[in-house]
Amino acid sequence: MNEASDGTTTAGFCRDCGGLLPVIAQEDRAKRCPDCRSPRVLYHPEIHDLQIGHIDCDAFYAAIEKRDDPSLRDKPLIIGGGHRGVVSTCCYIARMSGVRSAMPMFKARKLCPEATVMPPNMAKYRTVGLQVREMMQHLTPLVEPLSIDEAFLDLSGTTQLHRRSPAQSLADLAKRIEQEIGITVSIGLSYNKFLAKIASDLDKPRGFSVIGRHEARAFLAQKPVTLIWGIGKVGAEQLAKDGITMIGQLQEMEMPALAKRYGQMGLRLYYLARGEDERSVDIDAPTKSISAETTFDEDIADFAVLTHELWPLCEKVSARLKAAGLAGQVVHLKLKTAGFRTVSRQVSLPAPTCLAETLYRAGRQLLERESNGTWYRLIGIGTGNFHPLSDADPLDLADPEADRRRKLEAAMDAVRAKLGKDSILKGRSLARAKPTGSGNKDPGSKAPGSKAPDSKD
Amino acid sequence: MKLTIERTALLRSLAHVQSVVERRNTIPILSNVLVEAKGDRLSLTATDMDLAIVEQTAASVVSPGAATVPAHTMYDIVRKLPDGAEVQMELATDGAQVALKAGRSRFTLATLPKEDFPATAASDLPHRFPLSAVDLRGLIDRTKFAISTEETRYYLNGIYLHAFSAGKQMALRAVATDGHRLARVEMPLPEGAENIPGVIVPRKMVNEIRKLIEEVDGMVEVSLSDSRIRFAFNDIVLTSKLIDGSFPDYQRVIPTGNDKILEVDRRSFRDAVDRVSTISSEKSRAVKLSLRPSVATLSATSAENGTAVEELEVKYDGAPLDIGFNSKYLLDVADQIDGDGLQLVLADSVAPTLVRDLADAMSLYVLMPMRV
Repeated sequence: MNEASDGTTTAGFCRDCGGLLPVIAQEDRAKRCPDCRSPRVLYHPEIHDLQIGHIDCDAFYAAIEKRDDPSLRDKPLIIGGGHRGVVSTCCYIARMSGVRSAMPMFKARKLCPEATVMPPNMAKYRTVGLQVREMMQHLTPLVEPLSIDEAFLDLSGTTQLHRRSPAQSLADLAKRIEQEIGITVSIGLSYNKFLAKIASDLDKPRGFSVIGRHEARAFLAQKPVTLIWGIGKVGAEQLAKDGITMIGQLQEMEMPALAKRYGQMGLRLYYLARGEDERSVDIDAPTKSISAETTFDEDIADFAVLTHELWPLCEKVSARLKAAGLAGQVVHLKLKTAGFRTVSRQVSLPAPTCLAETLYRAGRQLLERESNGTWYRLIGIGTGNFHPLSDADPLDLADPEADRRRKLEAAMDAVRAKLGKDSILKGRSLARAKPTGSGNKDPGSKAPGSKAPDSKD
Repeated sequence: MKLTIERTALLRSLAHVQSVVERRNTIPILSNVLVEAKGDRLSLTATDMDLAIVEQTAASVVSPGAATVPAHTMYDIVRKLPDGAEVQMELATDGAQVALKAGRSRFTLATLPKEDFPATAASDLPHRFPLSAVDLRGLIDRTKFAISTEETRYYLNGIYLHAFSAGKQMALRAVATDGHRLARVEMPLPEGAENIPGVIVPRKMVNEIRKLIEEVDGMVEVSLSDSRIRFAFNDIVLTSKLIDGSFPDYQRVIPTGNDKILEVDRRSFRDAVDRVSTISSEKSRAVKLSLRPSVATLSATSAENGTAVEELEVKYDGAPLDIGFNSKYLLDVADQIDGDGLQLVLADSVAPTLVRDLADAMSLYVLMPMRV
């Protein structure tokens, strides 16, 4: 191995031609590849010793749209829903104007009025995402997808196989994704998942960053605690109360003190702050939930109108369940109030389902309890606790109608497979929802299956 | 209030009423039993707001009155008193304590104001009919096992009791289901029950009444409204709210076209299922039944445990059929059957299967198969 640890020598290779660069002293690093003259030379003392990669596609949705319509290439592009929605992805040109993902659409439009705005085409992105994943799996079977456009790869033991170090393999993969799929990715390389993920974000887009064992601790010391996975707003506030904002401060603290103060989180802080992360790249990290949500153009309080928004989401989730061969036994309902408070409710079903109708019924029941005049800006429905599709929607002695609903939906799916998604719809997708009152649900409406209130006693 | 009562009588009544009292109560008064002395009777009342029990027993009342005392504490005290003891109860003049004396033991129990005790609905229930304790036991015992514990479908958390007419025949039917199995038991309709509404009797009421009639052999008077049911017998009155919901149209899930009939000795079938299921995985508990003329092969396989196979001599001449069941459900159903003969009526490996007791035409069970 190279003499990396003393920090005086370094190794490297060219990201474009793949050519190895000689092990040399740090200060003698070449600015360009001696063979192909590319400036994209990568040096790091531990470059050929690190095994864990994180690949993240650059502005994924926007990159795909630009690939498919070259006229968009040099213009700012925002992918997101309606003018009340949020930015799903924006290209790097739009980012120069300050647009960020998850930013409300109206704000994005204000910052970058000349941007082209497109609604997301999830089916297309999923197809491309799977192509990228397939290419990753050619490199190593140990691919842990985090989402449609990013994944961890464990390349341990692949040096012999590919006759290249993990770093070279990743650089080669990035190049091939560019050539064959037409989008760019950024790569983070380190010795664990925590640091690999941080690294991939350092040099975006089209980047390749390395965090080695030698500098991990010093590197982290300068970073805010929010860089630590699992430390969100609440965790950061809790730490800030104790005067801790930088990871370096955590590195000064002892494990018992951290554990005593923050419990389980404290232990994680202790190890991650020191750049230690024992989690392995887990190919079996399966899909945990499938969901869909929508932000309304105008806030809604009316139960009937909310259920009208709920139905297409159920159809979307159901279609994805069926495509993934999954059936969920838990249904989650998500609502966001006009005041941006998130309300989450969930219910466990008697049996796993993949049916839009069953998701809808469960979701509507949850919604009914939350529909009390509150104005909502967003509704979402999701399902989890997955079982194989073969276990979905069994005959139910307590629900004689269930089988009929299952057959009806199967018949509709068959028509759609043949004639297209919108070839057949339920009446409820068309009917203009009639408000049932001034923002209130009908006080007389009752849960299905209930009978007249008791009056005799 | 002051009275004396024989320990055995007091203990028996207390055992009955304290069983209704929940162990954990957010409303303190619901942990108490209401004790009332009047004439030559002691009356004990307990409630959880949904279910109320009143039981009367003979006592020598020195001065009438009423108080509420912690039910479980009082029960534990009386339980530990020596057999044959005379128990004296007296409410202190300030009403804050009840003194309990027996032999050389003395206890004082804190009371809560009797005015705070929830009034039991004394209202008259419009429907009333007599039912023998034996029949009531029969209805409960053969359906109770199928009551669902699933909270989202609360209308399955009880026994559906209703009058059913097929032509001229009128029957009182009890039905319970959890979606995987269903039990339906009927008996000739008692006089006075012709116009009763269909009601769902909650599980707690079912359990309490079943315990209380264990050794009763007389008649039980049943009273009903849309929202309440009451059982009265001997000196006990048990009243419960009903589940407010509609029970599914169960008739539609009872198969009528099944044509493959299997008859088997109940005992040997039950024991074979029990043996084979030892191997079934804890999670699925699946047992496979392979039916061939005159032979049924029971089998189970599990990746962790191994395999089990057992052959049974049966009466069967239908087409060969392989079908899987949850072994627990098979055992539960087999346990309901009193006669020697158990009959399965099947269609195919995915359709609901009927189970009958060859010695009892009044009960019927439906089981959903599972994939094996």
